[in-house]
Amino acid sequence: MPHIPVSPTTPGIRGLFDFRPETGAALKKLAHVLLHGESPLTKGERELIATFVSHGNGCKFCTMSHAAAARFHYGADSDVVDAVVYRNDRSGVSELMSVLLDIAERVRIGGRNVSDELVAKARALGAVDRHIHDTVLIAAAFCMFNRYVDGLRALTPEKFEDYVPMGERMATLGYSFEVPDATR
Amino acid sequence: MPHVNLVSTYPGITGLLQDYPESGAPIRDLTQFLLRGPNTLTEGERELIASVVCVGNECQFCSNAHVVTAARYVGSVEAVHNVLQNPFGGQVDDRIAHLLRISAAVRTGGIVPDDMVEDARKAGATDVELHDTVLIAALFSLYNRYVDGLATDLPQDSSYYDALADRLTTTGYASPGQQHATH
Repeated sequence: MPHIPVSPTTPGIRGLFDFRPETGAALKKLAHVLLHGESPLTKGERELIATFVSHGNGCKFCTMSHAAAARFHYGADSDVVDAVVYRNDRSGVSELMSVLLDIAERVRIGGRNVSDELVAKARALGAVDRHIHDTVLIAAAFCMFNRYVDGLRALTPEKFEDYVPMGERMATLGYSFEVPDATR
Repeated sequence: MPHVNLVSTYPGITGLLQDYPESGAPIRDLTQFLLRGPNTLTEGERELIASVVCVGNECQFCSNAHVVTAARYVGSVEAVHNVLQNPFGGQVDDRIAHLLRISAAVRTGGIVPDDMVEDARKAGATDVELHDTVLIAALFSLYNRYVDGLATDLPQDSSYYDALADRLTTTGYASPGQQHATH
């Protein structure tokens, strides 16, 4: 049971957003900028980083929902998401993306672990400032979102199927909007 | 040297928020509301929650910034460190001590145990206070990783933190460039 009163029909972080709309608005805007705004990383790559970090932090709601969004973006190649997150198999992503995932993992453990060498490796594979910045900030942001969701024990649906429509909505509409009750 | 080139000459988080304004704006808005908005937790209590996380994560810039800022409310930097080391030592009431304990649990991650929340409630913590405590601790889990993950510069002189605390205790978390407009 969540630590604060939330609607039983509003799972995950959206229940928390509704509890405190003032902070919810800023959090939704941040998620939208990071995952749907301008970036040299595709939306699928950014959702993959978000999923990878959430899985590392053991946050089930964020892992399941962002994996669903990432699978939607990757379309026919959606197994890439499960390979990277659940099987530690990087064969489906570029070398650069693999290094960015390593950077995200270092950020997850703690910011001071991101070494000059690892950043240089990403740059040698074509990364510009924006790849590095966006990877670090997405990883850092999911360390916040994961702690927010689990710190308050947000409602976490159990079934894989529950996350499929959620993922499609996240992938298509993004994050900065109000969900009408009927489609929750 | 930072891992990305920054145009802004501000050290720590400030340069990042200025150079990346699309993400910087919602982060600033969130921080301003959580740490300076209307709340039954005082600004000093909220700065203590931030300090628990920054010090625990050993983020030098954030720790200095928030410990020096919290000291403005609590009395001294030493008093802040005493509270962080022993929240139940009598310097803050039990309700705040329990919330600081929850902040430390959020920092390390995972589900905050029911009994920890129950104890805070018995000491008088409200739903909103629990929510805001968890979100402040989560937000600083972001900040510390953003600041250190990009290896941002530290200020050249430690007096920078006093000037920063002047700003954070008066105009709050708005961009320093916006200060003129709000004065």
